[in-house]
Amino acid sequence: MYAFDIERPASVADAVAALGAEDAQALGGGQTLIPTLKQRLAAPSRLVSLSGVTEMQGVASEAGNIRIGGATTHATVASQVGGTYPALADLAANIGDPAVRNRGTIGGSLANNDPAACYPAAALGSGATIITNKRQIAADDYFQGMFTTALEEGEIITAVSFPVPEKANYQKFVQPASRFALVGVFVAKYSDGVRVAVTGASNEGVHRWSAAEDALSAIFAADAIAGLSVAADDLISDLHGSADYRAHLVKVMTGRAVKAAS
Amino acid sequence: MTKVTMTVNGKSVSGDVEGRTLLSSFLREDLRLTGTHIGCDTSQCGACVVHVNGEAIKACTMFAVEADGTEVGTIEGQANADGSLNVIQQAFQDHHGLQCGFCTPGMVMTAAALLKDNPKPSETEIREYLEGNICRCTGYHNIVKAIMAASGQDVSAIAAE
Ligand SMILES: Cc1cc2nc3c(=O)[nH]c(=O)nc-3n(C[C@H](O)[C@H](O)[C@H](O)COP(=O)(O)OP(=O)(O)OC[C@H]3O[C@@H](n4cnc5c(N)ncnc54)[C@H](O)[C@@H]3O)c2cc1C
Ligand code: FES
Ligand code: FES
Repeated sequence: MYAFDIERPASVADAVAALGAEDAQALGGGQTLIPTLKQRLAAPSRLVSLSGVTEMQGVASEAGNIRIGGATTHATVASQVGGTYPALADLAANIGDPAVRNRGTIGGSLANNDPAACYPAAALGSGATIITNKRQIAADDYFQGMFTTALEEGEIITAVSFPVPEKANYQKFVQPASRFALVGVFVAKYSDGVRVAVTGASNEGVHRWSAAEDALSAIFAADAIAGLSVAADDLISDLHGSADYRAHLVKVMTGRAVKAAS
Repeated sequence: MTKVTMTVNGKSVSGDVEGRTLLSSFLREDLRLTGTHIGCDTSQCGACVVHVNGEAIKACTMFAVEADGTEVGTIEGQANADGSLNVIQQAFQDHHGLQCGFCTPGMVMTAAALLKDNPKPSETEIREYLEGNICRCTGYHNIVKAIMAASGQDVSAIAAE
């Protein structure tokens, strides 16, 4: 790692001010950033740790929504959200391993937007709102291709608000070496329609599968997608699975998510 | 350099660290507590698992500065007060839960975190909890057995091969 200083602000305002310095970068749980720094793929002069910002911690329910602070760990979401939004708690409980979940945060995961990460599927599949120190961004506008988001320089995710669906489920086909998703599908049924978000599969990162959304909005049953197929054109092909294999998995995982939705 | 102070295995310690100093480096190089092993240094293997405020974390993936003011527990603090092995360590010995022993500090610390939250885990729960701890020697069965035994449960049903 190149050398850098670490600041530990206690408020969003102080964190944003500290991030104003040249080459400053936010530090969430460090579960992605620290390995990146070790490989010298990033060279910030200053890290601004968000772990001491109490207003970015924790979970609150409000009028049909659940609001999760941007610095809330996966372990906290797994243990506190189950009563309100079980599919989201399950997703958090299956990220990486216990030690990763004790440090990694929802804000860090969404800011990073790894094409195989789990939270982007939940945020896009729920039509969540990403709340930053500056503005509110709809999930549909937020994800802009792998490792790319609508966040501007120095902008931090202070919270994420999820509308709680009638039913939802996340099915993750685990890539056993990385423990990320080889393919993951998040299905959520709302009174005005069904959303289906796919992670792990595409060179474009997380995306919606609109044909499945239409079919499932008409009939919410695994059979409803039986006649659909997924084009392999833009899908990831690597040593873990070909594009065709991933295309197949998208449909299988979607069917399983519909069956398991609760 | 930043001054950090933390409680490690019940003793207050402090030191001057750089921003980039990992908790694992602080423990091993400054405090000379070399029981916390570095297997991969890429957040994959879990050999470096310690407890920070009671939670299992990978010491190679946390900065020492972030541990300022916390309570840290390492493998060196696991034995009983009289120096004898604690119940988890003894079970690892009794059930051959280790061969080369490189992964063992992380395994024991992860097992301790599991049993604190879930005193009687099922075999499946143990295997899931150990997802982030890699062992190149044992094939895991005897580690799972040891953790079952440490939680006072019958181990005869666990695959022996
Ligand atoms: C072994 C292992 C297995 C994993 N398995 C999975 C998995 O199965 N599924 C999965 O989804 N993820 C997985 N992860 C990734 C994990 O979820 C990370 O925690 C997550 O991707 C990043 O979160 P973080 O809080 O650690 O962020 P950091 O690593 O601290 O930061 C990541 C990036 O986000 C920025 N950032 C951090 N917080 C904010 C914020 N609040 N606002 C704006 N920018 C911010 C940082 O500047 C940095 O660019 C795994 C990681 C490891 C090491
Ligand atoms: S040394 Fe920390 S996870 Fe391998
Ligand atoms: S005993 Fe050798 S790595 Fe586990």
